[in-house]
Amino acid sequence: MPQVTLTVNGKTNTVEVEGRTLLVELLREKLRLTGTHVGCDTSQCGACVVHVDGESVKACTILALQANGSQVTTIEGLAKPDGTLHPMQEAFREYHALQCGFCTPGMVMSAIDLVQKHPDGLSEKEIREGLEGNLCRCTGYHNIVKAIAAAQDVMHGRAQTLAPAAE
Amino acid sequence: MYDFEYHKPGSLADAVKLLSADPDSKPISGGQTLLPALKHRLNKPTSVIDLSGIAELKGVRREGDKLVIGALAKHVEVATSPEVKAAIPALAQMASTIGDTQVRNRGTIGGSVANNDPAADYPSAVLGLNATIVTDKRRIAADDFFQGMFTTALEPGELLVAIEFPVPEKAGYAKMRNPASRYVMAGAFVAKTGGGVRVAINGAGPGVFRQAEMEKALAANWSPDAVAGVKQSADGLNSDIHGSAEYRAHLVTVMAKRAVAAAG
Repeated sequence: MPQVTLTVNGKTNTVEVEGRTLLVELLREKLRLTGTHVGCDTSQCGACVVHVDGESVKACTILALQANGSQVTTIEGLAKPDGTLHPMQEAFREYHALQCGFCTPGMVMSAIDLVQKHPDGLSEKEIREGLEGNLCRCTGYHNIVKAIAAAQDVMHGRAQTLAPAAE
Repeated sequence: MYDFEYHKPGSLADAVKLLSADPDSKPISGGQTLLPALKHRLNKPTSVIDLSGIAELKGVRREGDKLVIGALAKHVEVATSPEVKAAIPALAQMASTIGDTQVRNRGTIGGSVANNDPAADYPSAVLGLNATIVTDKRRIAADDFFQGMFTTALEPGELLVAIEFPVPEKAGYAKMRNPASRYVMAGAFVAKTGGGVRVAINGAGPGVFRQAEMEKALAANWSPDAVAGVKQSADGLNSDIHGSAEYRAHLVTVMAKRAVAAAG
């Protein structure tokens, strides 16, 4: 069987896969990183978004072998070892940007890529457009958008701490 | 998905050799169309040839009055490339609206053009700009390349290497997306070049096509009003749950107007 070597959340792994094995299958079934979800499996919902070499991609629409040699970051790789959440995770918690939580890992990964690509800041409209590849069926997106708007200020150093959500 | 062998050749010559050795092999670049098709078992390749390591297929560069885009250029690269933005801003704008961010981070121009999905964006830019398709064997004019739904002039085992776009005086693109799937219901790419005016319509029919009456109208008077009076016939256009052929025909004129307005 072919082998894939890739670095996931800073740890290098070599895994045997089939030609048809998807990256998301490698992450969930071989590495047991089940934070990355499979929603639609048709590259529409974005629950499976991870970063491959710094770019957000849908892990259900890339072969594991195509990710050979790459650096992958999943939702499990965001918090610090002491448990301190990434500012985007913290913002999703503060702004109650989730209900069932199924889409959340993909939302957070897409949101981080979106914010990193826009150092000058994103308007509400740009955040909404930037989330085109992620579907949420619970919250109607409003709190997700608010969370991302707040997190970008922390991520770009314009705020020391997250602005608290309105009561 | 059925299983297959995976190969990642390091050169164009090796890729062509692998593809011609196995008629049931399939090339893959971004895989944003091929992988969903394989999941549906619409295809059963014995081997998948990953083109992503082939340097000859990469790069975006200006060569005189042409913009040359390598087959492996991802949508995000075309959307953000300073060369593309300077030479053909309408092409960069089009690329920025394909799929979503994650699809644009993987999908490639070569894959889109070689696949020739009737609802794809790039084919109308290729046809509207009178681009030339460069393969490992030959050069193909856009007018000869697109041959209807999912069909092109590419022969089995022939690989799209790059697309050469003549830099136009003006160009614009407008599309109406299906509100749910975001696929194109009707799109129009208009271009004014030294060689004349071209109008290419995507999404509305089984394949991308030129709209001769609109080309004539715009050649006489480059303005949105010039195409407003040109009616697209509904004959042969797509008719499905998303819209009737008559609706799409109406959209063609509206999109052409918007494309001319966008071109300025």
